[in-house]
Amino acid sequence: MLLHALARIGQTLAVLFVVSVASFGLLKLAPGDPVQIMLGSEYSPEAYESLVAEMGLDQPFLVQYAHWALNFVQGDWGTSFVAHTDIFTHAFKEALPVTLTLASFSLAFAILIGVPLGVLSAVKKDTAFDAGAAVFALTGTAFPSFLLGILLIWFFGVKLGLFPVMGYVSPWQDFWTGIYHIILPSLTLSTYFIAMITRLTRATLIEVLEQPYIAAARARGEPNWRVIWVHGVRNIAMPLVTILGLQLGVLLQGTVLTETVFNLPGIGQMLTSAVLGREYAVVQAGVMMTATLFIGVNLLVDLSYPLLDPRLRDRK
Amino acid sequence: MTGTPTLTPAPQPLLIVDDLSVHRGAAKILDRVKLTVEKGETLALVGESGAGKSTIATALMGLLSGAKVEGHAELEGTGDLLSLPSKQLVKLRGQRISMIFQDAGAALNPAYTVGRQLISALRRNLGLSRRDARARAVDLFSSVGINDAEARLSAFPHQLSGGMQQRVMVAIALACNPDLLLADEPTSALDVTIQAQIVRLILSQTRARGASCIFVLHDLALASQSCDRIVVLYAGQVVECGPARDVLERHRHPYTRQLKSCVLEIGRQDLEAPEGTVPSHDSMPPGCRFATRCPRALPRCAAEMPPLTPASDDRDGASDHAFACWNPE
Amino acid sequence: MTHPDISEPSGHSGAQAIKTTAGRSIFVRRPFFTAALLVALGYVLASVFAPWITPYSPVAQSIDAMMKPPSVAHPLGTDSYGKDILSRVIFGARYALAIGFFSVLIGATGGLVVGLAAGLSGGWVEWVLMRLIDSILALPSLILAVAFIAILGQGVDKVIIAVGLSLIGPFARTVRADVMQVRVQLFVEAAHLMSIPRLKVIWRHILPNVIFPLAVQVTIRISEAILVSSSLSFLGIGVTPPTPDWGLMIAEGRAFVSFAPWMSAMPGFALALLLIALSIVGDGVREEFDPKLRRGA
Repeated sequence: MLLHALARIGQTLAVLFVVSVASFGLLKLAPGDPVQIMLGSEYSPEAYESLVAEMGLDQPFLVQYAHWALNFVQGDWGTSFVAHTDIFTHAFKEALPVTLTLASFSLAFAILIGVPLGVLSAVKKDTAFDAGAAVFALTGTAFPSFLLGILLIWFFGVKLGLFPVMGYVSPWQDFWTGIYHIILPSLTLSTYFIAMITRLTRATLIEVLEQPYIAAARARGEPNWRVIWVHGVRNIAMPLVTILGLQLGVLLQGTVLTETVFNLPGIGQMLTSAVLGREYAVVQAGVMMTATLFIGVNLLVDLSYPLLDPRLRDRK
Repeated sequence: MTGTPTLTPAPQPLLIVDDLSVHRGAAKILDRVKLTVEKGETLALVGESGAGKSTIATALMGLLSGAKVEGHAELEGTGDLLSLPSKQLVKLRGQRISMIFQDAGAALNPAYTVGRQLISALRRNLGLSRRDARARAVDLFSSVGINDAEARLSAFPHQLSGGMQQRVMVAIALACNPDLLLADEPTSALDVTIQAQIVRLILSQTRARGASCIFVLHDLALASQSCDRIVVLYAGQVVECGPARDVLERHRHPYTRQLKSCVLEIGRQDLEAPEGTVPSHDSMPPGCRFATRCPRALPRCAAEMPPLTPASDDRDGASDHAFACWNPE
Repeated sequence: MTHPDISEPSGHSGAQAIKTTAGRSIFVRRPFFTAALLVALGYVLASVFAPWITPYSPVAQSIDAMMKPPSVAHPLGTDSYGKDILSRVIFGARYALAIGFFSVLIGATGGLVVGLAAGLSGGWVEWVLMRLIDSILALPSLILAVAFIAILGQGVDKVIIAVGLSLIGPFARTVRADVMQVRVQLFVEAAHLMSIPRLKVIWRHILPNVIFPLAVQVTIRISEAILVSSSLSFLGIGVTPPTPDWGLMIAEGRAFVSFAPWMSAMPGFALALLLIALSIVGDGVREEFDPKLRRGA
């Protein structure tokens, strides 16, 4: 058990290492000479040489990587050429919280709506409700989120005037205003996940409800709601959490699009403007944060299995 | 349940199943099954896989889904189990009728401790407090032969052996002192060495509580050793029934003979099937269903269905031994 | 649900996988699949014959017809430069399908090479390759494509390469899984014993078993490639204007959503319909031909 966890953590660190080397390589691969960019159009060869030495660009690749990695871990992510701001402050302290807020609200929506919808269609299998949920699940997983966002803005924002269509207010500072602003973006982002969770919940629950322990629970007089919610749903937790962990990537890339649709100042906007402005260090920061988040959450998912399934607690 | 107790010489049976038929699509899985369970009696349902034994048990519990159930099953003091509204049925389950399943490992929810599964049944069905339910659970575990009962309550199903799991199931099934216990091949998933123990445990525990038991088995020898009466099923129909001794020793139906000759050893997982094949559920012949495999078949057997006829072989005239055959032994 | 006697002796899942060859044709058994396939074919035809069936040039601007709502002259309306949206949508299908197809081709080829290498090498090489695949998979395809675009720059060809590279991870993983499965099977072991050259083993025994599931994956992933590429364009970092790309058109219409919603909606629905059709086709193909039914991949 402990050994397994340690092995998993080691594996995770290895993946993080590869990702960091790759995203450092990204900077090296990028077209354009950073020294030239920093010096502007007129400079002397001496100034060029000294800046190269100052930036450590004459060192071997691995030394440069180690230097970069050390700085990165300490929160020294460089300075933006365009905005002349500290990238760590911008990316980690400003953009990341917006993205995480949007992602967690969407995930909460998705679970709170998707699981009951899936349970209902599993229980009402092969009825009109189930068929309707299936159509929704299919369209919802295939529908592009950025289009949905625009349609929601048009309908709820422009036609009905119910929700603000732009701007971000942190719900951690001003709760209700923040909620008000995050509802439409979250709805946009969560639709795919509601659909996916509905589909997954239905499929796994139907399988679980055929298990003998469900019949046995009924046989000892458990009422129907307890059979489904206590004995059934408890046993779909593990596949659900696994898939959610794997689909976190989709959630993160969805935030990129949703942020653009709703003009939210998160990682997505940061990445897009960095690509357009050729700010490779910012792209690098975005890539590293996304990858770390994904890898970290999946490590947590893996380590949480014994909590979800008691059978795994005794595995060697 | 209520009303003045009447002093009748022959007590009313606990359960009367009349013309129980189960259809699944075009397939007729059970065909007009009749059986009676007296109070405190142990009845064995015997037959090959596919004969419909387990279907009877699941149908009585109201747990058969995706199938059409016809007929009546009068439970004493309650009425027809098969037409009871599901709310009332839920109240009966665990309290008046309960069930033990083939594979205890699969019948226990892997996500909860065995204690929690037992205690929640006790609390809901008997309205006990948490502490009383726990004390009762410890007693129950001890009574079904689980050592160190207190500690075992907090074990998860996968931490127990197959035999222990089935003991837990017995404890859960008997927790609320039901009148009728349905045991659906409770030993088929167990080691041979433990099978006899579990059978004995179930019988002694039901007898100690004065409960009746329907024991689904495919082993005629085991059935005759342990049960009061036997019902032999073939392809969804009752072919012979009666007191255990009569069915075993004075059987009249050729199928009962075949069953008897093929298995005399406890613990055989599946029968070595007699020659020939069982007709499929959706293409049953008009006559006797066993005719295709029967060594004594007459032309009449293929054309006409034999009715259940009393066998007048009684020693004292009180036996209800009966069989369905045109050319009995 | 509660299994009665009939399901006792034999499991029921084994027989299901083989039924594809027997019985009625897939088109009769799966009406939704057939309809979706026809829709997808319609897109293919429209994109092939685009120059002949479009009423206007996709890039022709008209000051007289700016932001006109759908009418007889312009069935889907016009955009802010007076370009005919129907014509642009039809030409957009060309770009979407071409980008989708070629990028999946790149992803599948790359995935085949990496997956074969990982599955056949063993030892520390395999471990390193697996971590490499893991780290590619640690980034969602859109973020990865954004990173590649950052290096490559914008344009149709760049989008194809960026999206293709970002798909190598998932392809490599499934290829490796298939290789592992074939590898343990006896006939490959036997071939090794008879000292047949390694390349021949790969060619004769492993490739045929890997190519078919890979083809199934290709069908499923085309819609993902189209979605990612149009997302890039929507973000403004993919295909450059005035290319009639759906993602680009949706982005252009976003600013005018309050008074000309059709500008975003029309190309949007074209994209959504294609994605839904492709996902139904993909589901059908997977359920029909993939006995393992990889979940959540």
